[in-house]
Amino acid sequence: MTTTLISTTDFCTWHEVEHTFVRSLGDAGLIEITIIDKGEFIPDTQLQRLEKMVRLHHELDINLAGIEAITHMLDRVENMHHEMRTLKNRLRLYEED
Amino acid sequence: MAFIDYYKILGLDKNASEKDIKAAYRKLARQYHPDLNPNDPEANKKFQQINEANEVLSDTEKRKKYDKYGENWQHGEEHEQYARQQQQNRQQYGGRQYSGYGGGFGQGFENYEDFSGGGDFSNFFEQMFGGSSGSRSRGQAKYRGQDFTAELHLSFRDAAETHKQTLTVNGKQIRITIPAGVENGQTIKIAGHGGPGSNGGPAGDLYISFAVANDPQFKRSGADLYVNKQIDLYTAVLGGEIMMDTLTGKVKLKVAAGTQNNTKVKLKGKGYPVYKKEGQFGDLYLTYEVQIPTNLTEKQKELFEQLAESERVK
Repeated sequence: MTTTLISTTDFCTWHEVEHTFVRSLGDAGLIEITIIDKGEFIPDTQLQRLEKMVRLHHELDINLAGIEAITHMLDRVENMHHEMRTLKNRLRLYEED
Repeated sequence: MAFIDYYKILGLDKNASEKDIKAAYRKLARQYHPDLNPNDPEANKKFQQINEANEVLSDTEKRKKYDKYGENWQHGEEHEQYARQQQQNRQQYGGRQYSGYGGGFGQGFENYEDFSGGGDFSNFFEQMFGGSSGSRSRGQAKYRGQDFTAELHLSFRDAAETHKQTLTVNGKQIRITIPAGVENGQTIKIAGHGGPGSNGGPAGDLYISFAVANDPQFKRSGADLYVNKQIDLYTAVLGGEIMMDTLTGKVKLKVAAGTQNNTKVKLKGKGYPVYKKEGQFGDLYLTYEVQIPTNLTEKQKELFEQLAESERVK
């Protein structure tokens, strides 16, 4: 599978965000930043996740610690949804038609 | 079209200061922001109301007009003149500049008469202010569009094959490929097919949840299928061959002599397709149900008695 990389400089220009903000998200392990020839890039698979964090920061004034907490909570909610769906489908095995 | 109490939406009284409005907006926006409430149209709608209330009350001019006309906004010459002026402006400048968390798709929007119909703001807002003045700073007004949700019903057999379907969402036709093996309740996201963003903000996403019907024959868990297969007593005791239905046709199976009731047999690779793994299939698990004969003839009964006797003297 091919992953497209997006330059963080392009991303920051487009979304009008500070480069340090994106870098601090990378430092916190919230997104994956790849360095190629001194340029910083993010995989396109992370784009929506990163855009969500930018919105939380800009629209709701949430700082890095808050974004970290919210992201972890949203990930947990998503995992729980997945688990619930799996369990519901397993339950269907035992239900009478 | 009903009057909308923006102060009530933000939980404020009419004497609220700019600081109070900002604080109330921030608090409610953090509670109802679509990113924090994925797949929740009620929260999205609430967020739209909060945005609209903030748009009016945080703008000195708009707030003054709103406070002046209040509930009697539909009456009075001054308002009518203002509405006429707004109508002219719209014709001159080409209408709305905003799109936001508006829209209306699927369930949950029916009760919001004033916020329905695909607009960014309520009818009340449009009538009174003629759309956004665009006076706010770019950073504040740049919103991502609303996420839409839809449910797609599939039969058990349809979900077992990769196929294309055309959906109509908010008047637009979208052709999507549904990969084989999609699960009941699974949601896929189609990026950028939600509501339009505002002031250069990105469009929202379309979330499609699949409702896959049960099959009368097979039970499914992930990519594995389960089925009960009845076999007669003689085949169970003596062994033999049976024909078995699978998703891809009939297969011939050997039944071992002395097969017990509830014996489970695995048919490798005869289950459901594995989601997004082309050519991979789960397994089909058979549970044998040995049928005990009833309504025996005298001759059969005699033979069973002989069999029982031979077992006793063994």
